[in-house]
Amino acid sequence: MEVSILNWKTADMYNPQLDKDGNLKHLLTIEGLPKKILNQILDTAESFVGVAEREVKKVPLLRGKTVCNLFFENSTRTRTTFEIAAKRLSADVISLNVSTSSQSKGETILDTINNLTAMHADMFVVRHAQSGAAHMIAKHVAPHIHVINAGDGRHAHPTQGLLDVFTIRHYKPDMHNLKVAIVGDILHSRVARSEIHALTTLGVPEIRVIAPKTLLPEQVEKLGVHVYHDVNQGLKDVDVVMMLRLQNERMAGAMLPSSQEFFKTYGLTPEKLALAKPDAIVMHPGPMNRGVEIDSAVADGKQSVILPQVTYGIAVRMAVMSILAGNPS
Amino acid sequence: MKIHIKHGRLIDATQSLDRVADIYIAAGKIVGIDKAPDGFQANQVIDATGCVVSPGLVDISARLREPGFEYKATLESELTAAARGGITSLACPPDTDPVLDEPGLVEMLKHRAKQLNLVHVYPLGALTQKLLGREITEMCELTEAGCVGFSQADTAITDTQVLWRAMQYAATFGLTVWLRPEEPYLANNGVAHDGEVAARLGLKGIPAAAETLSIYQLLSIAKHTGAKLHLCRLSTAEGVEMVRAAKRAGQAVSCDVSINHLHLTDMDIAYFDSNAHLKPPLRSQRDRDALRKGLSDGTIDAVCSDHTPVDDDSKLYPFAEAEAGATGLELLLPLTLKWAHENKVELALAMQSLTHKPAQILGIPAPSLAINSDADICIFHPEQAWTVSAQSLLSQGKNTPFLGYEMLGRVTHTLLHGQIVFNAQHV
Repeated sequence: MEVSILNWKTADMYNPQLDKDGNLKHLLTIEGLPKKILNQILDTAESFVGVAEREVKKVPLLRGKTVCNLFFENSTRTRTTFEIAAKRLSADVISLNVSTSSQSKGETILDTINNLTAMHADMFVVRHAQSGAAHMIAKHVAPHIHVINAGDGRHAHPTQGLLDVFTIRHYKPDMHNLKVAIVGDILHSRVARSEIHALTTLGVPEIRVIAPKTLLPEQVEKLGVHVYHDVNQGLKDVDVVMMLRLQNERMAGAMLPSSQEFFKTYGLTPEKLALAKPDAIVMHPGPMNRGVEIDSAVADGKQSVILPQVTYGIAVRMAVMSILAGNPS
Repeated sequence: MKIHIKHGRLIDATQSLDRVADIYIAAGKIVGIDKAPDGFQANQVIDATGCVVSPGLVDISARLREPGFEYKATLESELTAAARGGITSLACPPDTDPVLDEPGLVEMLKHRAKQLNLVHVYPLGALTQKLLGREITEMCELTEAGCVGFSQADTAITDTQVLWRAMQYAATFGLTVWLRPEEPYLANNGVAHDGEVAARLGLKGIPAAAETLSIYQLLSIAKHTGAKLHLCRLSTAEGVEMVRAAKRAGQAVSCDVSINHLHLTDMDIAYFDSNAHLKPPLRSQRDRDALRKGLSDGTIDAVCSDHTPVDDDSKLYPFAEAEAGATGLELLLPLTLKWAHENKVELALAMQSLTHKPAQILGIPAPSLAINSDADICIFHPEQAWTVSAQSLLSQGKNTPFLGYEMLGRVTHTLLHGQIVFNAQHV
């Protein structure tokens, strides 16, 4: 008992996401979140999956609360799923696409936040093109406000990471016996980083990243992953294949010669998927580039769980919001 | 003004001096040690019991932000902070607005600093006009106006033809070229050491090779052109090793390290602390250890504050967009003492990296406690503890990764030309 108290205190000192009692105050990154909290979110999400199938798709958990979707970077899907999640929890939702000039971004962020705080927002869902933006906001908001990171630069996209492990847990409940491969642009991917932290925290024994050297961060193995450059070796006998979206600007940055060559070397085709376990599932955070990182035959094939991912995304976001709102601030 | 400093521990390695003694000052000069000259009547007696009396510190890189960035800091605020830090001479880089590339601007700065009479200010002129790396500046004129070296501050000359010519021209007149080694394409948009921390936080990395490639290039050109080269702010273990090898081979090159890089690593970025956004980036523990060792064994000639006051608003951005830099004038001494203590370097030896060695790089007379030297003196209590906070710093820049750290060592008095320009009792 003594030991666990000590751990919570340590966590509080170093983890700006937890309050002094070790409860979730903000969701900024999965890194450093205790397994207990991850499981709490996933279990809560489980209970919300059924809500969408009811005739009245609403629960009153966030009634009277105002959730502010603040998107400094464009997004349709993530913003929409957060909006639906908040509405199903009966919250009032405001969604803002904040267009920013590159020079005054920081000013705009805190000014915008302060203005919305003055209008009595209770929760901010933030997306920003710069790593660390959500941390900065969390550091400066009034103490009663909760911040959810909906993607910051290359750093983190924790709700995506959570919905991905939720999906994996649904199809492959024995997390301690899995081989998971993440394929594609790891370097620029906040999704990959969040997936890696979620999987390691939940005890997945083997995580592989598969990419050319130009799309891998230096010392990525320190995150607890095995590095493969050869997709045929990397996919061998894996239970889960998580594909990442490839942005077109990677070609301009001399990281890849062409999308055709990328598809040839790393794109997920039925032939490559055949190297994985026969019951392996295929995931993608969307939006997909068919014919660039994934073949349509795979994306629409029977091993694909890409659409269930989207469905679970709402339940997971409902879980995060309700847990944050339920924690005393 | 005649001053008698009593019972201080006089440390001046150039004079092989390290003992408790009294020192006497008159008409801006040191006139006696142990024994007052005949007829000496002190106007003021400073009791330095338990304190070190050292030649004034020389900081070879401190941004004063004037002209152009007065909202970040002013000459007066920063020179006051420097005097508080025990600094009696400092060099400031040319990245002001406008850039220090015209003799008139340099004269103006020298004049303003002289009027304030707190610290000797030695500007570094721009090596190329507007620091754009295209046309070289009037280096002779600028030298006449008071520049002690020529620098590109944090910008690189990408055109190697221009770099070659700039060094040739500087070499013609025996002028020193100050460059921070960083290959601009590899470093492009990078904000952190290209390692585990950058991988975790999703920050764009700057590989160590950006520094080593540049050092190789600069050493080669300096060797061929005969230019005197000073490498600013080393950050990598390999970089230190390259300078060590060049020195062993007899090349005229000097280099420095900042107080930040002497103590911190990329781990200190923690959760995107924008105060740890620095140029060059904080690197790994292995690099930091090599820098500390390099300073001990003399490969690295001097430690500097790399003082860069940034206003709070410019730090209130996500890490990559926050302006780089940290305040340092008041931390230079305690952080050098901390290094000396941790690396078991004798105090007298450590003080050389803050006094006569940086003076040598600047080509200015070394501050000294010898009789008849100018009385530029720093008196400090080596054991006095204080905590770094916005309130405890006089500099207008309050940003530093050391906020909240406890420092050991505090200046009690600073004398410039025999005048007390800082007295801790009056703060």
